[in-house]
Amino acid sequence: MQLRRKIYMVAGYNTISMGSGRKEFNPKKARPGIEEYMKEAGQAVLQQIGGAQNVDECVVGNFIAARYNRQGNLEGFFPMIDEGLRYKPAIRTEGACASGALALATGIKSVLAETAEVVLVIGIEVQNTVKAVYGADILAAAGWAKERKDGHAHFFPGKFSDRAGKYYEKFGYDYTRQAMATWYKNAVENARLCPTAQEYHNTNSDLMATGMTKPNGKSFVDNLNVFDCSKVSDGASGIAIMSEEGLKRCGIAVKDAVEVIGLGMAENNITQGPADLTKLDATAIAVKKALDMAKITKDDLATIELHDCFTIAGIMALEAVGVAEYGKGAQFVAEGHTARNGKLPVNTTGGLVGWGHPTGGTGVHQAVTMWEQLTGKAGEAQINIPANKPYGLTINMGGDDKTLVSIVYKKN
Amino acid sequence: MNYDNKFENVTVLGAAGKMGSGILLLTSMEMYDISKKPENKDKHYVLYALDISQKALSGLMMYIQDQLVKQAERKINALRSIYKDRADLIDNTEIIAQYVKDVMNIIRPVTTLESAYESHIVFEAASENPELKVKMFSQINLNSKVEPWFFTNTSSIPIGHLNKEANLSGRILGVHFYNPPAVQKLVEVIKCDESKPELSEFVSILIKNMRKIEVPSYDKAGFIGNGHFMRDAIYGMTTMESLRKDMSFAEAVYCVNKVSQDFMIRPMGIFQLIDYVGIDVCQFIMKVMRPYVTDETIHSPLLDKMMEINVKGGQNHDGSQKDGFLKYEKGKIAGIYDIDKKEYVKVEDISTKCDQTLGSLPEGHLPWKAVVGNKDKNNVLSKYFDAMKSQKTLGAELALNYMKKSKQIGEKLVTDKVAYTAEDVNTVLLTGFFHAYGPINDFIN
Repeated sequence: MQLRRKIYMVAGYNTISMGSGRKEFNPKKARPGIEEYMKEAGQAVLQQIGGAQNVDECVVGNFIAARYNRQGNLEGFFPMIDEGLRYKPAIRTEGACASGALALATGIKSVLAETAEVVLVIGIEVQNTVKAVYGADILAAAGWAKERKDGHAHFFPGKFSDRAGKYYEKFGYDYTRQAMATWYKNAVENARLCPTAQEYHNTNSDLMATGMTKPNGKSFVDNLNVFDCSKVSDGASGIAIMSEEGLKRCGIAVKDAVEVIGLGMAENNITQGPADLTKLDATAIAVKKALDMAKITKDDLATIELHDCFTIAGIMALEAVGVAEYGKGAQFVAEGHTARNGKLPVNTTGGLVGWGHPTGGTGVHQAVTMWEQLTGKAGEAQINIPANKPYGLTINMGGDDKTLVSIVYKKN
Repeated sequence: MNYDNKFENVTVLGAAGKMGSGILLLTSMEMYDISKKPENKDKHYVLYALDISQKALSGLMMYIQDQLVKQAERKINALRSIYKDRADLIDNTEIIAQYVKDVMNIIRPVTTLESAYESHIVFEAASENPELKVKMFSQINLNSKVEPWFFTNTSSIPIGHLNKEANLSGRILGVHFYNPPAVQKLVEVIKCDESKPELSEFVSILIKNMRKIEVPSYDKAGFIGNGHFMRDAIYGMTTMESLRKDMSFAEAVYCVNKVSQDFMIRPMGIFQLIDYVGIDVCQFIMKVMRPYVTDETIHSPLLDKMMEINVKGGQNHDGSQKDGFLKYEKGKIAGIYDIDKKEYVKVEDISTKCDQTLGSLPEGHLPWKAVVGNKDKNNVLSKYFDAMKSQKTLGAELALNYMKKSKQIGEKLVTDKVAYTAEDVNTVLLTGFFHAYGPINDFIN
């Protein structure tokens, strides 16, 4: 399949990923809610594209505000962002932690369908309204509800702990743990270069030692330590999806936008567990679709933003992309190839572990990071994009390898 | 009667107090765990929370409920497995709520002593008043048909005295929790000559189940914890008085507090600790200890004076610190009491001068927080105290003398047969007072 129109993304914006680790965060004090985050991200995008009158349609990706914030019908917040958005069409997407990229996909499809030339997309989640132990109940909705009773108290860490355990069993604990600790170290080091990242204020001088912490199944889960996990985050990201005509309407030069040249989506059966705990099958398929549509290979990628909700998920995703062979993902990471100065920088603003994981916002955050990197707007976090590899890939995953959206971006 | 059966009927006396509420919480959780064993499923468990005021009991029940939620959140993994057969309990939220309900269902708030007449176990955490304790124990003992075991939380009254006066025939043991019991790991266990061995055996299992650390102490007023603390406090106050010839009262308090916290790398300075425990409580403990200590005077005229002018320290119900020798703002020290002017002097008005007088902290100094969990702390402390020894400042001199005195107090607790071993003294200070090192050490030799 091929895209029948040129699609661009531009005017990205991230709020701070708020939560433990940020100096401003105080769980006992009142914090901004959905309204403030929607407004901040939405207005920042509108300001870069010449205002609300240029927008044809709005999409918001959100996982589960209905439970975190007692709020549904998030579409209704667009006219609050700007009076100029009143009566414009708006859609909300949900696919657990892939809700954000589903919002992007919806925007892309609308531009392809020529029902819009400019789509405002926001991804948002505000999760610090409950303690993590209760948040685990809410997030468990990303899995099959009938598995909840027998699942772990920390449902998703439990799922990926099982995956990590199997990976240890097959390829060795020390070998894998070394890579997981390296993943954590890279994530925090990258986050320290990005002022909106949740780990931006992290001053730990021995990240490797922290990452090597032995998991304790009694207090948490058997095969992951807490540093292997993305944190609980509040945040929103916004970006605009446009056709060439849309760029013209907004007066934006093509060089300031990033082009979308591949979109791969895949859905897996939520009532079935993984065929092989050490593999992310649906991820592999979505990535292949995206790369095929873009007519490039993994070797053409300058950078990847992938869904490291857990360090082990990051390692397995690399194997799913194919940049490392099955079982060699850990080695690839431990050897430093995914670090910002490695041969394939991954998650250059910290990813889910370092930047944060406001679940429904993550897919859009990945797009914003990609736009920043490929247009030279990443500030201190900027990496070099080699002229012969002007491509970036994002992978956004909902649930345990269930709802997958992968996008290929090209520098203009 | 086995361990589990003893718990079928229990009373906590003084349950609404700070110590009592913690003991009630821990006991209720232990009773819940026992009740959940398959072999106990047909038994009924009752825990009387006894206190004199209905209002205080209402507050207590709210406190216990809040604390149980926190405890349940922490042990959610274990609770999910306990309730694994309850198909109706799916989310953590539901499981936590059920746990709280089940534990609360064991507790009965009551105001009459008669409730305790059927209890096999009586925990006592009433105020530190020997007459009151004896009166309650006697009355329960006289009216009970089950020969109850008494576990008293006294921190200073000899157990032998209570045993004799209440006529308990050895069915009493000192089980001294530290404040707050829900958090503090240390439990001092004190048996008197007559204490029955089965009480000690029972308490050892209980303490282990509560995941706490047991340290035995001889039955000498004050035991190890207060035995060290009261003497350490008296030394601190005496040192402060000796500094007064060169400085004001507030300055002297500031200096000794700083020496005993920063220079000695302790979690709190001695005056802050006195405030934390309460000037009134310290005065009372000294009074209780005094008749039993013949070779030294356990008394502080300064504490008497502070009480006379109604400056008492201690804590508010919400756990915040009341003003005492020091004034606290948002938990931080903001002022120092000046006994001559009867008002607080701002810390910033005297700190520069006092810090200069004391001299800088010796090389290698780290705050207590950075030392206490440091794996290499012996090495860090050893280098630090070596640097202190070579430093000729008032601060270093006061700290070294204080360290020597603290060690002496610790050693005397062993020779006076208050503590069984030097290690026990160190364990009490390490776990009950959160010191980074025990008083009996070789750092200052």
